[in-house]
Amino acid sequence: MKLTSGKIYKLISSIPDPEIPVITIEELGILRSVDMEGTNIIVTITPTYSGCPAMKMIEDEIREVLKKEGIESPTIKTVFSPVWTTDWMTEEAKSKLVKYGISPPGKLNKLNAISGDREIKCPRCGSTEVKLVSLFGSTACKAIYKCTVCLEPFDQFKCH
Amino acid sequence: MQDNLNKFVSEYSLRIGDTSLILGQRLGEWCGHGPILEEDIAITNISLDLIGQARSFLTYAGGLLENNKSEDDLAFFRDTREYRNTLLAEQPNGDFAHTMLRQLFISAFQYCFFEKLKSSKDETISALAEKSLKEVTYHLRHSGEWIKRLGDGTGESKSKVTEALEELWKYTGDLFSMDEVDEALIKKGIAVNLDDVKKNWQMKIKEIFAEATLEYPSDTFMITGGILGNHTEYLGHLLAEMQILPRSFPGAEW
Repeated sequence: MKLTSGKIYKLISSIPDPEIPVITIEELGILRSVDMEGTNIIVTITPTYSGCPAMKMIEDEIREVLKKEGIESPTIKTVFSPVWTTDWMTEEAKSKLVKYGISPPGKLNKLNAISGDREIKCPRCGSTEVKLVSLFGSTACKAIYKCTVCLEPFDQFKCH
Repeated sequence: MQDNLNKFVSEYSLRIGDTSLILGQRLGEWCGHGPILEEDIAITNISLDLIGQARSFLTYAGGLLENNKSEDDLAFFRDTREYRNTLLAEQPNGDFAHTMLRQLFISAFQYCFFEKLKSSKDETISALAEKSLKEVTYHLRHSGEWIKRLGDGTGESKSKVTEALEELWKYTGDLFSMDEVDEALIKKGIAVNLDDVKKNWQMKIKEIFAEATLEYPSDTFMITGGILGNHTEYLGHLLAEMQILPRSFPGAEW
């Protein structure tokens, strides 16, 4: 089978995020593009947060998937521009997060990060009566909230 | 001319990366020692962001050097005099109030700095600044909220944050030190004039101090020298811990 960049993109796009396995690296916006220069395959990715420890694992998984297709040494390029934003996340990905128990990010506006995200819903009972527990959670991209109605704590994907 | 420019941009990038690296390493010392679990996680998350930023800025700095150095070469095989971080970053953690006040001063600086630096004419620096700005925004909010609560909290929390202020204030002037590297790069639209950053920083700190019922200190003698490699005694101890493994076992992987 002749591999085109489109086919390779499709193969890689289904790789789940190592830390939030219900969504893929494509849905998260980490996978930017696949290009071919002659026989060389260039996969371009962008980190969510500068220090995201999952980046190395994502790279390894991309290599693994490509190796199965007989591609031994792809170039994996990390870019920082355009800067990653949660606005790239699709509505479908956001609803997957809710089902997984994570409150999805809202629309980004300049005030979010300084003054706090608005309209955060408890992923379990849907209440908006929630309280910030900590701006920093189990991964760089999440904050911890608590629902004051059903009393459950939950992760919130930070608007970024 | 191009060689000279590369040297200056490398030095500039190194300074930014070193401050993030040293502060990130310091914050890492809190791992497992946070006052509550959420703070333990918060402090190490901030540390991770900072080390991530340091990796990018050091990689860029090293790539511009004639003898092409990697991020690890720069982080693990330079001594104190070769480090370019701001003096405040290397100051010991002290108690929680100490750590949070140091964090507020540096996060407010990074916020005001990256906000301007994202318009840099150097594409890489501009992209890294935009990325870092998003992260330090959270750091600033976190430390700002804590300082308000510690300052306007109990008698004990106020006295602790006041002590920290007396200890740390004299290092804040070093955040805004500039030399011929800055001057040359400001002319090219690559660097940011730190006099402008200082005005915004002072405004932010005054705002937070007012809410924290802390007195904004009057002008005083400032200890400077970070960008020249003239550090306080604390940096050597920090580097010893950070560098011992790769220096004892060069090329080790784990």
